Amino acid sequence: MAPLAGRSVLIGYGFLAAAILFILGPTLWILLNSIKFQIAIFTGAWIFEPTLQNYIDVLFGRRVDLISNIRNSLVVAVLSTLCVLAVGTLGAYAVHRSYASKLVARVLLAWLLLFQMIPPLSLVGPWYLVFQELGLYDTLTALVLTHIAINLPLTMWIMLTFFREIPRELHEAATIDGCREFQAFRMIMLPMAMPGLVSAGILAFVFSWNEFSIALNLTARGSATVPVAIAGFAQQYEIQHAQMAAASMISMLPALLLMVFGQRYVVRGLTIGAIK
Amino acid sequence: MRAVAARDDGEIDASARLGARLDASFRFWCLWPCIGILGALTLYPLLQLVPMAVSTIVFVSGESVWSFTPRRNFQLLIEDRVLQAAILNTLVFVVVSVAIEMVLGFFAALFIACLPRARPFARTVMILPILIPAVAIGSMWKLIYNYDFGLLNQIVQLAGFGAVNWLGDKHLALLAVVVVDVWHWTPFVFLILFAAIESLPRDVLEAARIDGASAWQTIHRVILPLLAPALAVAALFRAIGAFKAFDQVYLLTAGGPGTATELVSLHLNRVFFEQNQLGYGAMLALTVIALTVVTILSGRRALARS
Repeated sequence: MAPLAGRSVLIGYGFLAAAILFILGPTLWILLNSIKFQIAIFTGAWIFEPTLQNYIDVLFGRRVDLISNIRNSLVVAVLSTLCVLAVGTLGAYAVHRSYASKLVARVLLAWLLLFQMIPPLSLVGPWYLVFQELGLYDTLTALVLTHIAINLPLTMWIMLTFFREIPRELHEAATIDGCREFQAFRMIMLPMAMPGLVSAGILAFVFSWNEFSIALNLTARGSATVPVAIAGFAQQYEIQHAQMAAASMISMLPALLLMVFGQRYVVRGLTIGAIK
Repeated sequence: MRAVAARDDGEIDASARLGARLDASFRFWCLWPCIGILGALTLYPLLQLVPMAVSTIVFVSGESVWSFTPRRNFQLLIEDRVLQAAILNTLVFVVVSVAIEMVLGFFAALFIACLPRARPFARTVMILPILIPAVAIGSMWKLIYNYDFGLLNQIVQLAGFGAVNWLGDKHLALLAVVVVDVWHWTPFVFLILFAAIESLPRDVLEAARIDGASAWQTIHRVILPLLAPALAVAALFRAIGAFKAFDQVYLLTAGGPGTATELVSLHLNRVFFEQNQLGYGAMLALTVIALTVVTILSGRRALARS
């Protein structure tokens, strides 16, 4: 695009500033509220004595146990990400290398698309029933399994795109040099698709960490994740605004870290499929 | 000599066979875990919806007890006033929020692409709303919309107007929820369109400039047609996402006041887990899925025709 010049640059920067204020404003507002005493929130004070009490309360207080929620969220996010990366990468590779018949591959991809379009809550009912009967209700296992399922379409889509971008000749050369199918995958194709693996892994981790509608209904006290705990603050008879704000800030930490350190991979993963 | 050669052949043969076996098992382990997981965790529950939909399911001391009640469930579906409200609200929600997100996202992408040195910073800020938990976004805006001490009412009162009950007024609540979705997802539209604008062919834009096209003509006649595929993808992704919206709305209004912000997902959640009607809930879920499929198919046909 041709850069703007003269007065339109100023208008452009004004627009940019407004957009950034619109995005950062709410985030700063909740940060501000998380370091206020509840009483200062109620009076809407702008000048107040900052405190870390809310963070101490949610992390180490007697009534809430956010630490174990964080542990649950981490376990589920890490395990489901590792599993979905393994299953999704291999599955995408199978489609890419036509290990299955054309029909199977087409049905598989169509099914992934359809599954991506229906609200997950329509499947939480049967999941609930099945996990109740298997004795997996309110276990981390149930969450790991369902999170693998919901992250599989995106993971496969990203990996498939990356595999397709690798020049065909590389695999052919490897085969001619005597590589077995598995060796070609491990030594050529997988290393070449590594950026895709990072993108897919970051997104799967974040989406699992953020996931709410399934965790809300498949967990009780024993395995509640961070989002479920935050919703708990909002639903008490007297809304715990200060603690809700502090817990929300804590829940944003992975996102903030990735925003700074993994930006390139996040953007790549999110825009895949749109521009080709 | 001959014996040695024969043994070598045999060894090569054996290792080739072993290799072929390894290849075959690699192929197997690539494909089947994926199909197995999709089958067990998505296809099976989807099929399970069918017997559930014609039953009433109650839990007696941890065991599910099913009774066959297809007519009752169907009756419930037809008489479900909340479902009608939910479908209507979801339609409004999807159309309005996607439209706003597309327009804002497009102009943001266009402006930022034209600004020198704005790119990395803008992109960093823009991915923030996409990555943070929707529940945190819900609680964030719950504080902003709060009647007594929310940021918005502080601003409104500073400007000399009376406080507004953003989430409690049945005419405003859906709009308030739309604004949150716009905040959450405009950056996604921005990212897609920004990447597409960056990859626009420079010579075409240059030609438009040399031919003396005004900025508006360039946007209207050159950029928009070239961006059409990216625009379509962004709108489609967002329509699907907005259709599934649940988290923030659950926190902000839980569907209220009355049924003013009741969305399809909220209704599913309510029937399944607040009213504990697994049977009728399944009937609802199947209806929603059928509607989705019909919409997709007719949309595809319309696209193919145009």
